[in-house]
Amino acid sequence: MTGPNQTSGPSGPPVIGSSSAGPIQTSGPSGPPVIGPVLLSAEALTKRFGATLALDALDLQIAAGEFFALLGGSGSGKSTLLRIIAGFEAPDAGRLLLDGRDISATPPWARPVNMMFQSYALFPHLTVADNVAYGLRRAGVAAAERAKRVGDALAMVGLEGFDRRRPHQLSGGQKQRVALARSLVMRPRLLLLDEPLGALDAGLRERTGFELRALQRATGAAFVMVTHDQEEALALADRVALLDGGRIAQLGAPRAIYEKPASRFVARFLGAANVLEGRAAEGRFESAEAGITFAGDIPPGTVAVALRPERIAILPAPADGPNRVRGTVEDVAFRGDDSLLLIRTEAGAVLRVAHAEEDGAPPARGAVVGLGWEPGDVVALPA
Amino acid sequence: MRRGRALRWAMGLGFAFLWAPILLLVAYAFSADRIPYQWGGFSLRWFAALAANERLVEAALLSLRIAAGAASLAVLLGGAAGWALARFGPFRGRAVFGALIGAPLVLPEVVTGLSLLLLFVALEAAIGWPAGRGATTVLLAHATLGAAFVAVVVQARLADADRTLEEAAMDLGATPWTAFRTVTLPLIAPALAAGWLLAFTLSLDDVVIASFVSGPAGTTLPIALFSMLRLGLTPEVNALGAVVVLGVGLMLGLAALLLRPRRG
Repeated sequence: MTGPNQTSGPSGPPVIGSSSAGPIQTSGPSGPPVIGPVLLSAEALTKRFGATLALDALDLQIAAGEFFALLGGSGSGKSTLLRIIAGFEAPDAGRLLLDGRDISATPPWARPVNMMFQSYALFPHLTVADNVAYGLRRAGVAAAERAKRVGDALAMVGLEGFDRRRPHQLSGGQKQRVALARSLVMRPRLLLLDEPLGALDAGLRERTGFELRALQRATGAAFVMVTHDQEEALALADRVALLDGGRIAQLGAPRAIYEKPASRFVARFLGAANVLEGRAAEGRFESAEAGITFAGDIPPGTVAVALRPERIAILPAPADGPNRVRGTVEDVAFRGDDSLLLIRTEAGAVLRVAHAEEDGAPPARGAVVGLGWEPGDVVALPA
Repeated sequence: MRRGRALRWAMGLGFAFLWAPILLLVAYAFSADRIPYQWGGFSLRWFAALAANERLVEAALLSLRIAAGAASLAVLLGGAAGWALARFGPFRGRAVFGALIGAPLVLPEVVTGLSLLLLFVALEAAIGWPAGRGATTVLLAHATLGAAFVAVVVQARLADADRTLEEAAMDLGATPWTAFRTVTLPLIAPALAAGWLLAFTLSLDDVVIASFVSGPAGTTLPIALFSMLRLGLTPEVNALGAVVVLGVGLMLGLAALLLRPRRG
């Protein structure tokens, strides 16, 4: 399925941080390539809050018209970065270029960047139409054109006929659409979205996610989304940057990040993979905690390996040797298409194993099974 | 069922306790008798006498002017203070500032009054303003008291409102001043209006602070009333009381209406 296990090369993250304004190009092993001229460029952005380093000399380039996700936990710096791009925070060091022009010192009201707030921040004393018209009014757009653009924006988000309503008369999903319309009516080159799906219930998230992507394609604006939800980031974005401690831990197409995490942190943050620590020697990787020898393309200096649950097969008969292990089924969770098995190896580590429904009934709790995987499925982690 | 009846009785007693004296005052205002606690048949003569009492009418007009001025000043000062407390984040001295703003709410009025008197006397000695005690000093003193109430009301209102609203406005192209004018001000307008009414009522009612800081030229209605009491009660006082009850009731009702919780 995947290519050779390299952590750098054509499928690795693109080299970032150069101040050249050339096109950004990245392609995952099977994701679509993202090519475009650089719209926004962050150069060595640094921001401190007291003793905390929120952004640590962060370099980042956003291409025109791409859907970009800033993914990270709390304190990763993703929200700080968003607020710096919007202009609500000033960086302590570094520059922010939009179309090659330094906007580090431009106040938020003068930036051609708009933001959709997590709380939506709809003005409670204004109607839906007046909320959407607010920015156009500030820009001095004439009444006739204003009305037309407000109507168009509301139609774009599917809220025709809601213009006389007030924010408190809307559902959460409708508020989100008004907030979107209010930002998009300004025709921004860059739209910032702070946890856009965070306040929606599960049923609405998937639909809204697809709608966001459709709007992004229709408007041609670059969308930069902040989220803590890796599924959301991987599902929506063309490119994802995973932030950790104010730095980019990994940047690339969703599939590339998912298939080839660059570090233990990335592999663990994305959640699903088994991450096992150990030592690399002579092309092999010994994990003492799991009692497993991994064979594959293991470069020297590998400190851990990642192995996806769906890549682990339950063998007809337990076998020994590299890429093989025995274990006891501790628990089975049915998930629809497959079952997730927790299997404790004889050395004591617990592996997460996905068992597809089409392969029949999963082994029962307490059963001793043999596990195996292809050498190509072992992802070596250098850090 | 029995519990419901007991509760209704308790509530009735409570209301009687609160309102009976006031109702009695209003009722006797319509009594024709010269003794203010003796019923002598229905009459409006004391209202007429009140209207003819120049001293009282003048005091009432002065009180209204002072109340309006003090309330307006209180809205400016208290509104700014409430905004600072709710929106400026943890600035240096914030806790002290908050405590000082709220001080007039908890300090006994005699203390507030005395300290303001000392301040005014010291100020006059130092810079010659305010010259003497009178309407100006009463207005300033009442503005101080009212500002505390306005600050609390405005701060509470802003604490309820999403602070990203101003950011959203600026994101959409509004300068900070425009954002304040088009978003913050409409949000706190009801609180400002309610605060104005509260400060107005406080000023109209106050006798303790006013006694400290007023002079011969600053006889407010409550002070005039008090001096009348010393000379002996007439039903004019009842009539005046009835008018004041009506006015204050209207004010407080309006303030409550403006501060009622809204949906969304």
